[in-house]
Amino acid sequence: MTAPTGTFAPRPGSAPLARQVLAQARIESVLLLRNGEQLLLALVIPVLVLVGGVTGIEHLDLSLSHSPVDELAPGVLGLAIMSTSFTSLAIATGFERRYGVLKRLGASPLPRSGLLLGKIGSLLLVEAFQILVVGGVALLLGWSPEITLRGVAGAVVMVLLGTAAFAALGLFVAGALRPEATLAVANLVYVLLAAGGAIVLPAHAYGAFGDVVVWLPSGALGGGLRECFLDGTFPLTQSLVLLGWAAVGTLLTMRTFKWE
Amino acid sequence: MPRPYACRVSESAAVLVEGLVMRYGAKTAVDGLSLVVERGSVTAVLGPNGAGKTTTLETCEGFRRPQQGTVRVLGLDPQADRRRLLPRIGVMLQSGGAWTGIRAEEMLRHIAALHAHPLPVPMLVARLGLGDCGRTPYRRLSGGQQQRLSLAMALVGRPELLFVDEPTAGMDPQARRDTWDLLDELRGDGVTTVLTTHYLEEAERLADQVHIIDRGRLIASGSPFALTRGGGEATIRLVVTQPFPPGAPASLQRALGPDTEVHVVNELSLLISGPADATTLGKVSAWCEEHGVLPESLSLAQRSLEDVFLQMTGREFEA
Repeated sequence: MTAPTGTFAPRPGSAPLARQVLAQARIESVLLLRNGEQLLLALVIPVLVLVGGVTGIEHLDLSLSHSPVDELAPGVLGLAIMSTSFTSLAIATGFERRYGVLKRLGASPLPRSGLLLGKIGSLLLVEAFQILVVGGVALLLGWSPEITLRGVAGAVVMVLLGTAAFAALGLFVAGALRPEATLAVANLVYVLLAAGGAIVLPAHAYGAFGDVVVWLPSGALGGGLRECFLDGTFPLTQSLVLLGWAAVGTLLTMRTFKWE
Repeated sequence: MPRPYACRVSESAAVLVEGLVMRYGAKTAVDGLSLVVERGSVTAVLGPNGAGKTTTLETCEGFRRPQQGTVRVLGLDPQADRRRLLPRIGVMLQSGGAWTGIRAEEMLRHIAALHAHPLPVPMLVARLGLGDCGRTPYRRLSGGQQQRLSLAMALVGRPELLFVDEPTAGMDPQARRDTWDLLDELRGDGVTTVLTTHYLEEAERLADQVHIIDRGRLIASGSPFALTRGGGEATIRLVVTQPFPPGAPASLQRALGPDTEVHVVNELSLLISGPADATTLGKVSAWCEEHGVLPESLSLAQRSLEDVFLQMTGREFEA
């Protein structure tokens, strides 16, 4: 081959993985923030659940040991994180597959792990918004979380591991099913876990079933966040449960993900 | 077919496909295909729709696993060495490939950011006439604009090997000529290009090497020159005003003798290949007179790729 000199002379190569991940996180955030109704959904539903829940619990006897808002606020934060990192991500990814975006990225130097990390980066940005808004509303409703160093560190770990676990599972659904099926499954799982997955309400509210739901990613995320903000301790068990789900989800995604 | 020396060229070939078989359910899309793409060339994979072009290309790009046979791209296995191969190739998809709400330049910048030494995006935007896309989201770009963006995304990483699937489908004539000029420039700069097309004109205009595929099989390979002028033969095209009488092709074949071949193009036109000299022309005229057939035109021409396809398959090339 002669020495390349022209405008299009070959000079192939991948950008460093970190730069690829940042680029992916950036573009996904830009596109998500441009999509107004999705952002509204990510904020309005959790806020409604929080306000409605706090008002409703006062008329019910759920034998809660704390005030309704203290009991509900951590779980609603968990719900917001689940809606973004599982449902929104799965649906968006499903349609990225439909429109050939994943195929296009699959033909680029971006590895699957880079795509996953980029998506998680953009999710964390959106979740930061959600935490600000939901946390702000909760404070207005009289939320007084237990603030300790361990508890706050635990909450950060919960958000990160919860996002990783739900994102990996969401990508698994989006990668394995058709976009229409992904839309249905992602919404159904969200509703089922929101109602019966011990995310907003503590596991003991589910009676005997409570022993099972603590092992679900929703139960671990909700329970862990409650432990952080109600007791100010580090939720070690829940961290390990979420880590396990993240590992399972990642493995399933890497095995089954189809770019088209 | 280059099979006898395929092992020797495999070291240097840009693409090597050997005995590729791909089936979708009961349908065989690619049926024992073998072909070689030399480095630095523009190679066209030409065939009608459904011939297996895109499936073959996508197997080279690592999107599909060969069910039988071997595929090597730049000496690498597109499946096992996918991560090493992808940075070195540029891929232009036939359709889609962008978020519906993204702007053209935004999308191109993103793909550029995934590469180590991308081309300057403003230069590429100017070269491909994407400047007037502005803030329009991808879903509202014209088909031609989407095609040009797709080509820009394939080029931006400075690939050494470019796969383009139907690069000018849906483009207006000016955009098509611009794209051809660009692909010519790429060859000059040392980029190997593999393009699929169902435009005969595109293959003749662009390609150093043409592989004609039909029903998943390679039916002819060579430079456009060798394919159309191979063997010093030319063709005679006979077009008539009224449909031929029954049995006309066989009767004309008998009249012309075994040195020539008569192919039916349609009910008003026949193609005669063989020694295209005055004797043959005379025999055709005499046959017409004898059978009361009125020729609308009787023309002598070099074979086109269309004629090659007709002679190899017995069917007219239908894009």
